[in-house]
Formats: sequence, C-alpha cells, structure tokens
Amino acid sequence: MRIVVLLKYVPDITSDRRFEDGRVVRDPAVGSLNELDENAVEAALQLIEAQPEGEHEVVAVTVAPATADIAVRKAYQMGVQRGIRVTDDALAGSDYFGTTAALAAAVRRLGDEQPVDLVITGMAALDGLGSVVPALLAEELGWPQLTLAKTVALDDGALTITREADDAYETLSAPLPAVLSVTDTANSPRYPNFKLIMAARSKAVEEWSAADLGLDPADVGIAAARTVTVEAAPRPPRPELQLVVDKGEGGTALAEFLIRNDLV
Amino acid sequence: MTRPTVLVLLDSPARSVEEVRPAVLELITLGRTLGRVDVVTLGAPSVEVLATLGAYGVELVHQAQLPTSVPEQSYRLTSVLASVLTTAVRRNDADVLLVPSSFAGKEAAAVTAARLGAGLVVDAASLSWGGDGAAPLRIGKRVFGGTWDTVSTVASDPAVVTIRANAVVAEPAEVATSATVEPLPVEVHAPQVTVVERTLKARTIGRPTLEEAAVVVAGGRGTNGDFGPVNELAEALGAAVGATRDVVFEGWFDRYIGQTGVTVAPRLYVGAGISGAPHHRGGMQASQVVVAVNNDPEAPIFEISDFAVVGDLADVLPQAAAVIRAHKESQQAG
Ligand SMILES: Cc1cc2nc3c(=O)[nH]c(=O)nc-3n(C[C@H](O)[C@H](O)[C@H](O)COP(=O)(O)OP(=O)(O)OC[C@H]3O[C@@H](n4cnc5c(N)ncnc54)[C@H](O)[C@@H]3O)c2cc1C
Repeated sequence: MRIVVLLKYVPDITSDRRFEDGRVVRDPAVGSLNELDENAVEAALQLIEAQPEGEHEVVAVTVAPATADIAVRKAYQMGVQRGIRVTDDALAGSDYFGTTAALAAAVRRLGDEQPVDLVITGMAALDGLGSVVPALLAEELGWPQLTLAKTVALDDGALTITREADDAYETLSAPLPAVLSVTDTANSPRYPNFKLIMAARSKAVEEWSAADLGLDPADVGIAAARTVTVEAAPRPPRPELQLVVDKGEGGTALAEFLIRNDLV
Repeated sequence: MTRPTVLVLLDSPARSVEEVRPAVLELITLGRTLGRVDVVTLGAPSVEVLATLGAYGVELVHQAQLPTSVPEQSYRLTSVLASVLTTAVRRNDADVLLVPSSFAGKEAAAVTAARLGAGLVVDAASLSWGGDGAAPLRIGKRVFGGTWDTVSTVASDPAVVTIRANAVVAEPAEVATSATVEPLPVEVHAPQVTVVERTLKARTIGRPTLEEAAVVVAGGRGTNGDFGPVNELAEALGAAVGATRDVVFEGWFDRYIGQTGVTVAPRLYVGAGISGAPHHRGGMQASQVVVAVNNDPEAPIFEISDFAVVGDLADVLPQAAAVIRAHKESQQAG
C-alpha cells in the first residue's frame, strides 16, 4: 500500500498576516504544519498499520518554499517515510488551480515510480480555509473523492467513510485509488516518537522543481491565476467595547443593548 | 456587455424542492444587482417555491434531467452537482455562477470552475461590476479570520463564486415575475462514489440553521454542560444555537462554530462561557455585532466584542431572555 499525504505549511494563526501589493505577506519564522494535516498523516499511518506485513510507504508532499521543511520534518517525526517539497519561483502566487496542477503532477510522478493507492489531505488549511483543493485534485486525477471523513475504513480495496455533510449524515464508498480528506474529529494525531525525532533531524527533504514535474510555467503561479486581489485593507476597528460587570443587572443591560440596537 | 446573466443554484436537501432557503434568496437578491437571474435545480420546485422565486424576480428555472443510471441518493455528490452546474452555465451562457458557501456547494463550484476554465472565489461577501458597470466582476471577501477585507477581480467569463450566508439581506424584487420551469438535460457518467446511506439532519422547527441564522447564541465550556440558559436566550431571540469544539468533544452539544466547524457571520453573535480561542474566532469574527458573557474579566473574546457582561452566564442569560420576552410581548400588545 502506498499513500501520499499532502501537507501545507501555514503561518501561526495568531501571527500578523497582511497584504502587500495584492500578495499575502507572512512572517516565515512563525509557522508550522497545518494542524489539520496532522489528522491526514495519522489517518495514513493507521491505514498502513492495519495492513498485513509487506512493502508499505507513506510519502508526504508539499508545494511551498524551503521554509516548509518544518512541516515535512513534523511528518517525519510522526512516522512518514519520505518527504518531497515542490519548490519553484514559477509556482509563487498559484491559485487553487495552479496549486492543484502542481500537486497532481507530483502524485502522477510518484505513480510512475510505483502505483499510488490513496491521497490523503486535511479538511482545510487553517490559513485560507478554502476546502476545495481535495475536490479539485480528485477531478484532475480522475479519481473518486471522499471528503470530510469522520471515520475511515478500508476493506477489499474499497474505502468507506462516514461524514456529516452540510444537512445530512452520509456513508460513502469508492474503489482505490481515491482522494480522501479527513476532519479533525477523524482521529487524534500521535505525538512525535523520540526515536523518530532523532532520525528526522538527519533525514533530507527531496526537492522537485516545476520542470521535474513537466509543469508548463504558463499553467501555474501568478501567470495562470484566474483571480487577482486588487484591494486589501485591515477591517475597520470595532467601536469601543461596552463592558458591564454583573451586580444583578447584567442580563437586563445585555437585553437593553440588544433592544437599543434593533437586534431583537 | 449586454445584460449579464447570473445563474444561482437552488440548493435543496431533497429531490423535490419545497422551500427556498434564506441563503438562496440572499444569492438571488445579490444576483439581481448584477443582471438577470436564472436558477438551476436538481429537484422539482413546488408551486409555492415558484411563487417565491417569481416574487424575487426569477423568470426561468432550469430543472436538471439526469439519466436514470444516477440514483437520487447521488444527486449531491460533487461530480454530479458539478455536471449540472457546468451544463447550465454553458447552455445559458451565464456570466456569473453563484452557489451557497456550504462544503458541498464549495466543492461543486470548484470542480465546475475547473471544467469551465473559470476563476473561482469562495466564501465571498459582496459582488459588483467595475466602475462603469462592466466586467471584471469585483468580489469582496473577509479574510484572516475576519481581520482584513479584500476585493478580487475575476477576469474569466463566467466567474464562479460561492457566497457566505447573511452576506446581504434578502429582499423581493420591485417587480414580481412569474417563474417557469424548463428541463435541462444533463449528461453525467455514473459516479465513482457510491452513496451507501444518506440521512437528512432533523431541523428544529421554527429555528434557522446555524449556517444561515441571522442571530446565533453559542455556549462554551463555561456552561459546564448545562445548555438550558443558552437555549432560553436563543428561544427568546429566535436564534440558532452553536457551541465550541471542546463542548462538542465533551458531548454536551452537537455542532460547533469555528475554523473546522461551521462558519457563521450573523447580524448578532452572543458567546456565553466562551474564551475566544483563535480557532473559534476564525469561524465567527465576521459577525456584525459580537456580545459576550464571561465571568473572567480578562477573557480574550472581549477583544473582539461590542458589548460584554462580566458575570455568570447562568444568571445573565435567563435575565436577558426574560427582558427580551417582555419587550416582545409589549410590542405585540402595542
Ligand atoms: C486543530 C484545532 C482546531 C480547532 N477548531 C476549533 C473550532 O473550529 N472551534 C472551536 O470552538 N474550537 C476549536 N478548537 C479548540 C480551541 O482551540 C479551544 O480549545 C476552544 O475553542 C475553547 O472552547 P471554550 O471557549 O468553550 O473553552 P475554554 O477555553 O475553556 O473557555 C471557557 C470560558 O468560559 C468561562 N466561564 C467558565 N464558567 C463560566 C460561567 N459560569 N459563566 C460565564 N463564563 C464562564 C471561562 O472564563 C472561560 O473563558 C480547535 C483546536 C485545534 C487544535
């Protein structure tokens, strides 16, 4: 069994993020593996551990600058065998479609070496929260998508998930290879293992370029972006907080605030 | 540009469409500011639904006709929904496709954009044509947990956009029309995903869903498991109830607001016994008015609140609910 886990390096959500010239600027010093991708790594490791003895591999792939090695290293510490970072100036400024093209190309290249059975992602990246890359990747690869899984079971080459979609509870099933995304309720990510922490220090992260993946620079990065941010401004500050300390009348004060502001 | 055509997905949980959800009415209201609005649906609209659509100025309803090889259970799969949307946009030559920002809506919109080679913006809050009323479409969106406002343009025709609930107030058209249904034949392969089971969630009668509610009351760990006061205030306000993730993990409530839970942007959010952790804030910070009740004067949620009470929620919420009920009764009497 061979599973590819997709990782994203995201800025700390409490760190300052801002726009400059229509591009997001983040402080590279304060970032980490997207917490929700730890659930993806955990799901991959659990599926492998449930397999009979044999040749199994979990490969982590990220499309990012070199700072993202922190994220790959975290995956190594959890038990992922191989880490690949796709890095290229041509990829900077990619939108959902450019990012998906790069990820799909990486999965295809891995598949050329040896078949890939499953791609697993987290349900969203905590920076952008788009939640659409897994669906786009499935479309691009022509594989079935099983997204937002709460539980995952693999039986006889078919993957079955349960999920809580917007207005329904669903059980979905599809044959492999497939694209799976897991929610943060799917499992509890394991803590890095001491032996693996030591080993991860000396483990290299493979670097692939756009050319290695046969990507046409016109199909990725800012050149191919279908949307452009033309304005960005911090939200106007809220009016000053009205704070009431309850001395028996706090609820009344709350109700009066709502009534005064036509919110009732 | 001749009068642009805007296509809106009439999202429905079942095969027959018995109601037009508030989120869809908001999309139609928004769409009317851009051009002519058509809707596309997978289900058969009822007479009442057609009347509502007419009141909102919709003339044409494209009802997808899917091959019998596609079971009804599968109508909400991304691949199926995307085939319907792609066909509708092409056949209508629509300039803008608007889809509600649910998870299913976002995935279907994304795959549709991929198939059409169109630009995509998800979770948008506002839409307008450029200065002289022409393309490109300008799309407003609140990002970074509601701390920044951005405007993006989509140069492609069509533009595909998913819109957050409560982005605008739904309003009927000045001139009502009568909506007619036209069949839309859709070619779609049998989906690769099998829907083994699909159960609709029960909706609390008379209460809006959390995603779409204009007023939300949420409870956190500070409730200590007793959602009585939270429910009481929600009932008085006609609000939907939400929680924090910790509360759901404790098993005290079933739906949580936040980055990995439901994103809400109501007119009013009341958080009781909630500290205001970044993960939670990310899902509610775009709310217009934030009110908090917390017994810790240092609670971080106060940083983003308009009004706050330092106190025990078990005292504060029922008292507020009683005053609100009395206010409503006096208004009705008057
Ligand atoms: C990957 C990841 C994703 C997450 N996603 C989400 C998410 O989407 N949504 C989410 O909510 N959380 C999420 N979390 C959890 C989040 O980090 C916080 O742990 C959680 O929001 C805290 O919930 P809380 O405010 O209910 O509890 P606490 O932080 O424990 O706060 C309880 C508050 O109640 C107050 N209180 C206590 N008693 C009373 C009383 N009697 N009256 C009034 N006030 C009282 C306390 O002063 C305190 O401020 C996520 C965490 C991780 C790691």
